[in-house]
Amino acid sequence: MSTDAAKPVAYRDALNQALREELARDPDVFLLGEDIAGFDGAFKVTRGLLAEFGPERVVDTPITEAGFTGMAIGAAMAGLRPVVEIMTVNFVILAMDQIVNNAAKIHYMFGGQASVPIVIRMPGGGGHQLSSQHSQTLDAWFAHVPGLKVVCPSTPEDAKGLLKTAIRDDDPVIFIENEGLYGKKGPVGGPDDLIPFGQAVVRRPGTHCTVIAHSRMVWVALQAAEELASQGIEVEVIDPRTFRPLDLDTLAGSVRRTGHAVIVDEGWPEYGISAGLATHLYEACFDWLDAPIGRVNCADVPMPYAKNLEQAALPQPADVVAAVLANIGRGVA
Amino acid sequence: MSTAAGAEAADMRDMFRSMYLIRRFEEKASEEYMAGRIGGFLHLAIGEEAAVVGTVSAMRADDPLTSTYREHGQALARGADPRAVMAELLGRSTGLCGGRGGSMHLMDKERSFYGGYGIVGGSVPLGLGLAYAARYRKTDQVSVTMFGDGATNQGVVAECFNMAGLWDLPVVFLILNNQYGMGTSLGHAAAEEDLYTRCNAYGIPAWKVDGMDVLAVRGAVAEATRIAREEGNPTCVELLAYRYRGHSMSDPDTVRDAEEKERWRLRDPIITFERVLLGEAVMTADDIAAMKAEVEAVVEDAAAFAESSPEVPVAELADDVYANPFNDDARGGALMP
Ligand SMILES: Cc1ncc(C[n+]2csc(CCOP(=O)(O)OP(=O)(O)O)c2C)c(N)n1
Ligand SMILES: [Mg+2]
Repeated sequence: MSTDAAKPVAYRDALNQALREELARDPDVFLLGEDIAGFDGAFKVTRGLLAEFGPERVVDTPITEAGFTGMAIGAAMAGLRPVVEIMTVNFVILAMDQIVNNAAKIHYMFGGQASVPIVIRMPGGGGHQLSSQHSQTLDAWFAHVPGLKVVCPSTPEDAKGLLKTAIRDDDPVIFIENEGLYGKKGPVGGPDDLIPFGQAVVRRPGTHCTVIAHSRMVWVALQAAEELASQGIEVEVIDPRTFRPLDLDTLAGSVRRTGHAVIVDEGWPEYGISAGLATHLYEACFDWLDAPIGRVNCADVPMPYAKNLEQAALPQPADVVAAVLANIGRGVA
Repeated sequence: MSTAAGAEAADMRDMFRSMYLIRRFEEKASEEYMAGRIGGFLHLAIGEEAAVVGTVSAMRADDPLTSTYREHGQALARGADPRAVMAELLGRSTGLCGGRGGSMHLMDKERSFYGGYGIVGGSVPLGLGLAYAARYRKTDQVSVTMFGDGATNQGVVAECFNMAGLWDLPVVFLILNNQYGMGTSLGHAAAEEDLYTRCNAYGIPAWKVDGMDVLAVRGAVAEATRIAREEGNPTCVELLAYRYRGHSMSDPDTVRDAEEKERWRLRDPIITFERVLLGEAVMTADDIAAMKAEVEAVVEDAAAFAESSPEVPVAELADDVYANPFNDDARGGALMP
């Protein structure tokens, strides 16, 4: 492994490395999205790629999410491997028809004749005072749909390794980044280090309670774990990393050992990721649970602009601490 | 005294004051942002004041107006209280929308300003719906919906052109063409740069005017609203303009070249209009100085008011989600994190 691999790399640059390496490796890979070429992308993930690979492989689109996402799906049917950048998850809503009615259906509906090897990447999440239309977490929308694969990396290493896997995968992959993680630094793998889908990872081992969190919430959970450790409570923090496929074995194995589970999810509480995971865990671990599964979610409201309201709406480490304490029967929530 | 585009002297003074208020208000807002009192995105329309004020000055007070996230000027031109607008930008309880919307989502329904929206192209069908309601109720209101050059590429905008043409709805599609959508120039995003010509395909009368000239804008929008009100037909007006600042406060604006920016600054809509006012003896230099001082005080007062306004109580986080709220016990403790 090169010495470079040991150097901490920002999440955005880890994504950039994955894109650069895959563009270099496979001539069928091309990128498209708004402001990704001349402007380097709204979050600078595609920085330098236009200069290196040219305008035929790094394509600026008009502001037409439905149109260019659908176009990329068509190109994928012809065997190309488009990587679409949607500026933020809030704008993918315009392309949902193409993703749900076309990308997710084509392989099945036509009896396996055509696959759609597309990656649609975009950041989600709140916390930047962008108000109701720009702060959403819609992971659950995609995780709901058979035919899609859904990936939510929380570290630079995962961002790189999972994106490379996504690009080489033959199915439509929804790759959800987080606006709050682009600057986060950490080690990354080399050009051949792919991270397979469907493998959860233990971010911190513990025995008293399992805390399941993904994307930015992993870091919120880890902060809470520190605080709880100072009170003598050791939680096990597990990051599922992908929701389709889901590594239920690792999640359920941990919950069976600890007898307690708290799910931290930046999405809304109703019918979402935390609700889906809780159902899986009740079905897999009912007899091992010592308390009902706890959940920490974004408040069940559109995101407000005012900073104090937004902070109150988003899951905070203190909320996770309180939920764990309540779950294991110590302290009040 | 009556002058160009049918503007009376009093109208012209009002228009000048409105443009100057918007300019100074936004400059103040940028200071508030730099001081960390405004968060999120702050999109300034500095340079676009003629387009905004010319449009609003040609509308009847009850004509509904919809806009994008670059809408401080629309709110102010419509007569929204500068204190409440600034307080909204600071996320305070005294804000126009109670601190929920912020800079991108101002609304003053009482003044028929139906809001600023953050999804590019997403407000255009709302403008069409307001026109639909006007025709349905036979109110003879005209709906004006303003959107950017970038937004014209969204499919939903084409859908709206078609419906407006099909059903003869009293709507004015107002394309504020500042020649960029974030870092992408018009020519890089649009197959045909005369954006108004898209309406030809739908039988909608459409034309382009100089968006840096407030009287030209007023004249064009007056004609467009007349066609809608008297003949019941849609129109499209493209205003060619320029924003002096980057896309938002966080855009370092490195894509556009300095020479181009300078060229447009020489056509500053406020300075140009000031010359017209002096030349046509609508205002004296002293009148203008006095008006500027008065506006200055309004802006300072708005900022002071906003800064000293209380935060929104966190207990009100879940208010207003519904017009008819329900008490859903199933949510249990999940409502708050
Ligand atoms: C559907 C959608 N896609 C992308 C964005 C991100 N975005 C915000 S403003 C903007 C540029 C819009 O340009 P234009 O319509 O010309 O308006 P301007 O900002 O110039 O006033 C983009 C791409 C968005 N808000 N909504
Ligand atoms: Mg524009």
